[in-house]
Amino acid sequence: MRSFTYERANSPAEAAAAAARQQGAKFIAGGTNLLDLMKLEIETPAHLIDVNRLGLDKIEPTADGGLRVGALVRNTDLAADERVRRDYGVLSRALLAGASGQLRNKATTAGNLLQRTRCPYFYDTNQPCNKRQPGSGCSAIGGLSRQHAVIGASEACIATHPSDMAVAMRALDATVETIRPDGAARSIPIADFHRLPGNTPEVETSLAPGELITAVTLPKPVGGKQIYRKVRDRASYAFALVAVAAIVQRDGSGRVALGGVAHKPWRVEAAEAELPRGAKAVTAKLFADAKPTHENAFKLLLAERTLGAVLAEARG
Amino acid sequence: MKFETPATTNPIDQLKIIGKPADRIDGPFKTTGTAPYAYERHDNIANPACGYVVGSAIAKGRIASMDLTAAKTASGVLAIVTADNAGKLAKGNLNFATLLGGPEIEHYHQAIALVVAETFEQARAAAQLVRVDYVRTDGVYDLAAVKDSGKPARITGGPADTAVGDFAGAFAAAPVQLDATYTTPDHAHAMMEPHASMAAWDGDKLIVWTSNQMIDWSVGELAKTLGMPKDKVRLISPFIGGGFGGKLFVRADALLAALGARAAGRPVKVALTRPMMFNNTVHRPATIQRIRIGATRDGKITAIGHEGWSGNLPGGKPEAAVQATRLLYAGANRMTATRLAVLDLPEGNAMRAPGEAPGMMALEIAMDEMAEKLGLDPIEFRILNDTQVDPEKPERAYSHRPLIACMGLGANRFDWSKRNPQPGQVRAGRWLVGIGMAAAFRNNPVMKSAARVRLDNRGVVVVETDMTDIGTGTYTIIAQTAAEMMGLPLDKIIVRLGDSAFPVSAGSGGQWGANSSTSGVYAACVKLREAVAQKLGFNSTEADFADGQVRSGNRSVPLAQAAGESGIVAEDVMEFGDLGKKYQQSTFGAHFVEVGVDAATAEIRVRRMLAVCAAGRILNPKSARSQVIGAMTMGAGAALMEELAVDKRAGFFVNHDLAGYEVPVHADIPHQDVIFLDETDPMSSPMKAKGVGELGICGVGAAIANAIYNATGVRVRDYPITLDKLLARLPEVA
Ligand SMILES: Cc1cc2nc3c(=O)[nH]c(=O)nc-3n(C[C@H](O)[C@H](O)[C@H](O)COP(=O)(O)OP(=O)(O)OC[C@H]3O[C@@H](n4cnc5c(N)ncnc54)[C@H](O)[C@@H]3O)c2cc1C
Ligand code: SF4
Repeated sequence: MRSFTYERANSPAEAAAAAARQQGAKFIAGGTNLLDLMKLEIETPAHLIDVNRLGLDKIEPTADGGLRVGALVRNTDLAADERVRRDYGVLSRALLAGASGQLRNKATTAGNLLQRTRCPYFYDTNQPCNKRQPGSGCSAIGGLSRQHAVIGASEACIATHPSDMAVAMRALDATVETIRPDGAARSIPIADFHRLPGNTPEVETSLAPGELITAVTLPKPVGGKQIYRKVRDRASYAFALVAVAAIVQRDGSGRVALGGVAHKPWRVEAAEAELPRGAKAVTAKLFADAKPTHENAFKLLLAERTLGAVLAEARG
Repeated sequence: MKFETPATTNPIDQLKIIGKPADRIDGPFKTTGTAPYAYERHDNIANPACGYVVGSAIAKGRIASMDLTAAKTASGVLAIVTADNAGKLAKGNLNFATLLGGPEIEHYHQAIALVVAETFEQARAAAQLVRVDYVRTDGVYDLAAVKDSGKPARITGGPADTAVGDFAGAFAAAPVQLDATYTTPDHAHAMMEPHASMAAWDGDKLIVWTSNQMIDWSVGELAKTLGMPKDKVRLISPFIGGGFGGKLFVRADALLAALGARAAGRPVKVALTRPMMFNNTVHRPATIQRIRIGATRDGKITAIGHEGWSGNLPGGKPEAAVQATRLLYAGANRMTATRLAVLDLPEGNAMRAPGEAPGMMALEIAMDEMAEKLGLDPIEFRILNDTQVDPEKPERAYSHRPLIACMGLGANRFDWSKRNPQPGQVRAGRWLVGIGMAAAFRNNPVMKSAARVRLDNRGVVVVETDMTDIGTGTYTIIAQTAAEMMGLPLDKIIVRLGDSAFPVSAGSGGQWGANSSTSGVYAACVKLREAVAQKLGFNSTEADFADGQVRSGNRSVPLAQAAGESGIVAEDVMEFGDLGKKYQQSTFGAHFVEVGVDAATAEIRVRRMLAVCAAGRILNPKSARSQVIGAMTMGAGAALMEELAVDKRAGFFVNHDLAGYEVPVHADIPHQDVIFLDETDPMSSPMKAKGVGELGICGVGAAIANAIYNATGVRVRDYPITLDKLLARLPEVA
């Protein structure tokens, strides 16, 4: 770990301004991802801005009947919130499918969205990795790639985004609210928040330097059966091979977002029109341009079969 | 004491304390954080410096240059040890790669430097400033690609190849045949406590608090490596947070702590970080196994052959996967062959039940496949081919072999008769449900073991031996042994372990620890009883030790009084004669498993497990059960998820942390039962006990594989059995 300086910000605007002022500054929330990466010198911030005490830990109703989830709301609290459990079941289930109880107690809403990939080569600083060290190459291509992306990947990077929560938020059409160093606020639809790797896999979101997430807003509840199905090798405490977040209405229409398959939560709105025709039809559209490796080609079949089971559960 | 003839009645047979489920003596210490582990021996060394290991970034080649300038001037740095400045180091007899590499690099994450600083954080930060230029050379990392270059290699207790009768002819002539190839991947011990040591020099004497299963071996290895006389090295290892074979030997932490302490001129502690453990230390090597079985139509095996391939660094040993096949089933014509290829991956070595664990993973699937071909129940098929003698050397009988009884009792308890032999038929909600079984088999080695016992004037017996408790319950069974022998309650026994100042024990490995080390304590207690009797003028054969008293005729003297002011000390070593050669001594069991396979996703979840074990006298059913359920859990890991993934280009295990190397979590293991047959084996030792710590892992992987087959009709022969290997072969879902 490199030495760093540390400050505790007093307001969101001040935190964002401080981040712009200091070269190599980073926000720290729960620290469950950032500190691990700092110990390995994968992240080497020169300055940490602690955003834990900015009052961003509340879940409040919005004027149009939705919920505004503060950036610092812990994963445990968000999953347990009565309104979330009642109206956004897919989110609650996704959160509880992630990490462990202890981690969820610490992990925050913003931190979860911004957690970095679990590609093992990203974690080993001896190995080439474009995401960690742009231009060095991608070790996962031609190497261990069982966990990696099957769609939306590039020649530069085939990593997946590991978050469960983000997949549910994508299905719910959440909006990420931020404040910029100049004090301006903006709202980023979750669909535009995470990026595909392209030639710059080190750039993972559409946040500008110093931009602080203040909240994630959930629109008015959409009802329906809300299911989160995470498939993994062991029963708990593992990242998804494939995860399906689905909201299925009585008439068979609905929404589907997938985790474990791409550099961002994978949702193709056009594919959802196929829902009444079943999982095969949906995944055919979802994965039309899939380019799996020989180690992870099974994810395509797995996604189709998992979605099939989810739709059956929604019907039943 | 020499154990040369079968045990007769002795004080252990009273079973007042032995055989009772006494709680672990070390339990409260561990659960309250008061059991000191090597890295936290601040009770001895108030302020050690911290060492951080730098591992090689390449798998094979040379260090061209190493720049320590930045690291040396980093804050808090006290010293940096490298092969250049460490002085002459010899290689131990028990490791094949050097523990401090450079300039030659033999494997990935081989230690090439130790940075010593005031704090751990400073040492780590400085270690990341060490700049190394390497010259890579090509290495060999793919076992399958080079297996045919493998050379015959001896396995523990036997030659590379064995042959009885005419295997080829009999196999060719057999009306029912199986010829199948199975693979098991490299496995990590992944014990909770990492390798850790704290070292301090006192003049030319070295003392190391460490985490090590085999104290005397490791004193010798460390002394040899450092070029010191053995009597100048002391190792202390009273508590060990798991080992599974990964701590049988001296590893880089102990050597580098000693070198770091010398360089820094003060005590130094070193722990390997988790990501370092997988490639820096040892692992269970991957195997490729071909098994051929030929049988008559009514199910008698006429030919059985098992070939095993594995790889290791030059000078390394093979994984003896064929071991169990030499002994387990009858068959007049037989062969085994062990081939070892050179690989430049990290060093392969012993992990819990080396040989048998991966060997049984293959053999017991083969038996299931063969039973199906024959249209026989898998248990029936095993019963038909049971043997009461070593099938390679029929003049050697088994000391005791109740395999059939284990399978029978297990079948009964597990409702085996309700199993549908037709695979893929049973459905419970979203789950395809299947049941499988496998035999369990592991040899019962014994090792010379010594102990010292001291009776004091409070009537307390202190037992000292360099035996280790790696979480197995050794403290407790040794206390039970001494208590039983001396007629004392458990709370009058104090057990001190894991110090090379104590008499040399068997150590913990190969499941020989419990039986051998308690036998050593037995021997010492026999001497102590004699000394007590003699002091009181009693005839030692008539003296009765019970309730804290020693009685002879109508005289009764409290032990405390007999000890007197000066106390009485006795020491002895148990040595084992050739009963183990004359008779085949093994432990047996039967594993039963029910799995569910998700009909859509092919996720595999164990639903219930049962092991029935025959392992001689069970010294403490609670700690023995804990050993077996732990082993069953580890076996489930091997069956379903554990695999060190090899990067065949760069030559290392890629998933080198516990996020990437998955082991079972609680949710994976819903229900486990263990039953021990009530038996003794007088050929084994005066304790009439056997090993049990490794038996539980042998066969369980195959029982799971067989259950998956029964659930789905899909036979997977390559471990781990992950959902991707089933998915495409499962029926379509609506
Ligand atoms: C062992 C383990 C298992 C896990 N398993 C899962 C799993 O199964 N599923 C899953 O989804 N997740 C899993 N996780 C990841 C976990 O969910 C994340 O570590 C956690 O959500 C991160 O939140 P945090 O608050 O601790 O973030 P931090 O570590 O504090 O920060 C993460 C990043 O977000 C930035 N950041 C934080 N807050 C803000 C803000 N308000 N505005 C802008 N930037 C910000 C930080 O600068 C940093 O770059 C696991 C983690 C671990 C360690
Ligand atoms: S997949 Fe991405 S994160 Fe992984 S090695 Fe390649 S570039 Fe790095």
